[in-house]
Amino acid sequence: MNHKNQKDYYTSSYIPNTKDGQNEMFDIMGINSVEELFSDIPNELKLHRDLALPKTMSEPELLKHMKNLAAQNVNCDTHICFMGGGIYDHFIPAVINQITGRQEFYSAYTPYQAEISQGTLQAIFEYQSMICRLTGMDVSNASVYDGATACAEAMLTAYNITGRTDIIIAGRINPQYAETCETYAKYRGINIIKSPFAPETGTVSMQYFNQAITENCAAVIVQTPNFFGLIEDLGEISKTAKNKGALLITCVDPISLGLLEPPASFGADIVVGEGQSLGNSMNFGGPGFGFFACRNDYMRKMPGRIVGETADSNNNRGFILTLQAREQHIRREKALSNICTNQALCALAATVYMSVMGKAGIKKVADLCIQKSHYMYKKLIDTGKFKPKFSAPFFKEFVLEYNGGDIKAMNNKMLQAGFMPGINLTNIGLDNCMLIAVTEKRTVDEIDAYTEYIKKAGEI
Amino acid sequence: MGKNKVIFEKSVNNRIAYSLPECDVPEHNLNKYIPDKFLRVNSAELPEMSEIDVLRHFIGLSNKNHGVLSGIYPLGSCTMKYNPAINEELAKLAGFTDIHPFIGDENSQGSLKLIYELQKMLSEITGMHAFSLQPAAGAHGELSGLMIIKAYHEKSKEYNRTKILVPDSAHGTNPASVSMAGFETVQIKSDASGNVDIDDLRASIDDKLAGLMLTNPNTLGLFEVNIKNIAEIVHEAGGLLYYDGANQNAIMGISRPGDMGFDVMHLNLHKTFSTPHGGGGPGSGPVGVSERLAPFLPCPEIYADNDGKIRLNYDMPDSIGRVRSFYGNFGVMVKAYAYILSMGAHGVKSVSENAVLNANYLMFKLKEFMKIEYDRKCMHEFVATGAPLKEKGVSTLDVAKRLLDFSVHAPTVYFPLIVKEAMMFEPTETESKESLDEFVEIMRDIIKEADENPEYLKTAPHNTSVGRLDDVKAARKPILAWNSDKE
Repeated sequence: MNHKNQKDYYTSSYIPNTKDGQNEMFDIMGINSVEELFSDIPNELKLHRDLALPKTMSEPELLKHMKNLAAQNVNCDTHICFMGGGIYDHFIPAVINQITGRQEFYSAYTPYQAEISQGTLQAIFEYQSMICRLTGMDVSNASVYDGATACAEAMLTAYNITGRTDIIIAGRINPQYAETCETYAKYRGINIIKSPFAPETGTVSMQYFNQAITENCAAVIVQTPNFFGLIEDLGEISKTAKNKGALLITCVDPISLGLLEPPASFGADIVVGEGQSLGNSMNFGGPGFGFFACRNDYMRKMPGRIVGETADSNNNRGFILTLQAREQHIRREKALSNICTNQALCALAATVYMSVMGKAGIKKVADLCIQKSHYMYKKLIDTGKFKPKFSAPFFKEFVLEYNGGDIKAMNNKMLQAGFMPGINLTNIGLDNCMLIAVTEKRTVDEIDAYTEYIKKAGEI
Repeated sequence: MGKNKVIFEKSVNNRIAYSLPECDVPEHNLNKYIPDKFLRVNSAELPEMSEIDVLRHFIGLSNKNHGVLSGIYPLGSCTMKYNPAINEELAKLAGFTDIHPFIGDENSQGSLKLIYELQKMLSEITGMHAFSLQPAAGAHGELSGLMIIKAYHEKSKEYNRTKILVPDSAHGTNPASVSMAGFETVQIKSDASGNVDIDDLRASIDDKLAGLMLTNPNTLGLFEVNIKNIAEIVHEAGGLLYYDGANQNAIMGISRPGDMGFDVMHLNLHKTFSTPHGGGGPGSGPVGVSERLAPFLPCPEIYADNDGKIRLNYDMPDSIGRVRSFYGNFGVMVKAYAYILSMGAHGVKSVSENAVLNANYLMFKLKEFMKIEYDRKCMHEFVATGAPLKEKGVSTLDVAKRLLDFSVHAPTVYFPLIVKEAMMFEPTETESKESLDEFVEIMRDIIKEADENPEYLKTAPHNTSVGRLDDVKAARKPILAWNSDKE
């Protein structure tokens, strides 16, 4: 062996080829160097220098570096979380990590080869079934990216079904969901109309809504509990929407459905939402997943992957990606959506979560959220530093107006005291208002401590 | 159907798998807080199981899956490389998982630094000016990139630019994203060597041209040798060049899309940068742009301030807006960032060199008994055709299904669409010569079977948890959720 241009040979624990092994392959193929394999790339387009990347780190160096970065974040190990606004600090049972940590699940691709992907496929089928049971809808897809894109995809679905170009966003939905819908809408000629909330209740103003809706409305998007945590009265909105031939899209908190009547009962056509609360960490906002469920009528208009039950040649039950005629790899430019990769592993975490919680546990989580958040709501008002902002009933999250001084200073003091105190809504036009979330994880001691610090926060 | 029970069939009344605290605040009837009309009448019928039942059920399911550690996974265009163990641990650090996205930039400097530095690294690797990591997957990055192209032309008041050229070899997401961004797809042909047909490209250009989407190396695993020429033609006509980064694994440290003349691109962190695919996500599809397109990136921008702190900029009047919530799939970014730090400049170059070497080696060996569609050097993947087998009555699907019997994954099949009975192989750099040789021998035996026992191929697989599944039945009368009444 007379080799060869190997001065730059690099070893890595992730690359099994050795220098000798490479040379053996060169000999078999009758080439002299790896450079020969890149001869199709014109010389002038080659990078004749090393990439300017940070110095290579070994595993222990990397671990140290990453721990150092992680330590610069305020997190649930350092602070008690009363923040929500779409991402919540719910409890995650240990079972979930055992399952999602299986390489057979996390390292697999989209289950194109069904016969060696029955694990993923059956889990998605069970996920779809559980989402249907929670929302009361007939069919669900295999997940989309997040709550925001779930709303945007639902909007496009309604546009495809009705051929109408107006979408009404009624009341206060999560501002990021509305912004995402606006981005998707403006490139498709869809017109978004925002119908405001009533300042007193914090929920959809029927007066404005009745004025906003016309025969050109494809769908109404309502979030319940809405961004302020308040429960919307879907019945009346639904009736008005139906009268105009518009679809009803509801965006929901899946945990709330442990105890709240599912949107299907109020006539929802499409139900979407952020699924992070179901067994996924907050992850600085991602990955979580979006869920998307609808009535049977719209099954073939749903975007994204869908798993169906079928049988093998011996009539054994099996599962497979189905209704693919809707999708990009078959329909190309005529596809209903471009979605390909979704959030399967996060949906798996949710499936395990719903299995662990089960029929009784999901109710108990919801009940603890309701009891604790209402306890805290009253406690905070009793301090005299907060007053109620809205009158509508809430689930686990509420808005209070701070009248104990500068809200920003209070926020900073609470952070120093070890709390993620909530979300300051001043930036979205609610001066001196805080959005506070209370999950089943918060204890009476934590809530009382928060209240005590609030009492002191104005004085220091 | 006793076999393959779904979880609901294992449910037993009053079993529980949860452990939750008793209520420690004074409890009240729910209707004190929430009117009855909003309260659920019928419970959500979730399964009732013990903890061990839940674990056994899902571990059982995992045993019916093939992962990268189960055996070679040469799925073309998907870059099924090894997902480093350490990265899974790093992404689970509490400082990364248990951080609330509304906590504010002062209190999330660790996460923001990571995002900012990853943006810089991706810019250096690709030669692009700036990146946004907000898009959640490759197709989402494509959509964002196309919206950027549209916003750019609209800013110049060139509203008539409505056409995007897409080669016939492109991923299906390309034309689908084109439609979602409100553009029209015009398909252009490939020439006899598998590259863009320059004559057809020229003929497709008019004043409606908004841009061209290209994967380079393309989905045939071939480098577009005329890329400079293509870029000139498109730019001269006022169009922009979009780079589909699905095949970035072939060229890291060797050639950069930015230097080739591309204006906007996406990457798949779940392909090139080793983050796992999760059985179909979560991925991450960063979108990168040249300098003139930077103002149009998704909002907010994550940038380094003069004091060294990383901050969020929402003041972006030309931005396409937000394409999802928060900052993207942060947990995926942690793994990609750690991967690049592990590899360094020489490492990522070695990745591409070995990915291309492995693909060429595998192609060379398979050529002994299979027909390779374009007989030239390939990059990180290549396409074989099952057309000669078809004459014997054996299809590419049959070969793919038979492969599953040997604890290896099949190649991508029937794609790209321009090759009959296509089989697209991408071994990646994380396979050894030994595992490639083993795979070749399995393929050799299967091709032999096509002559000796074609029936066995046509009824494959035989050793998997289920036999060949009926996709026609699944689509004809869809059962998409378990329903106890129907079973």
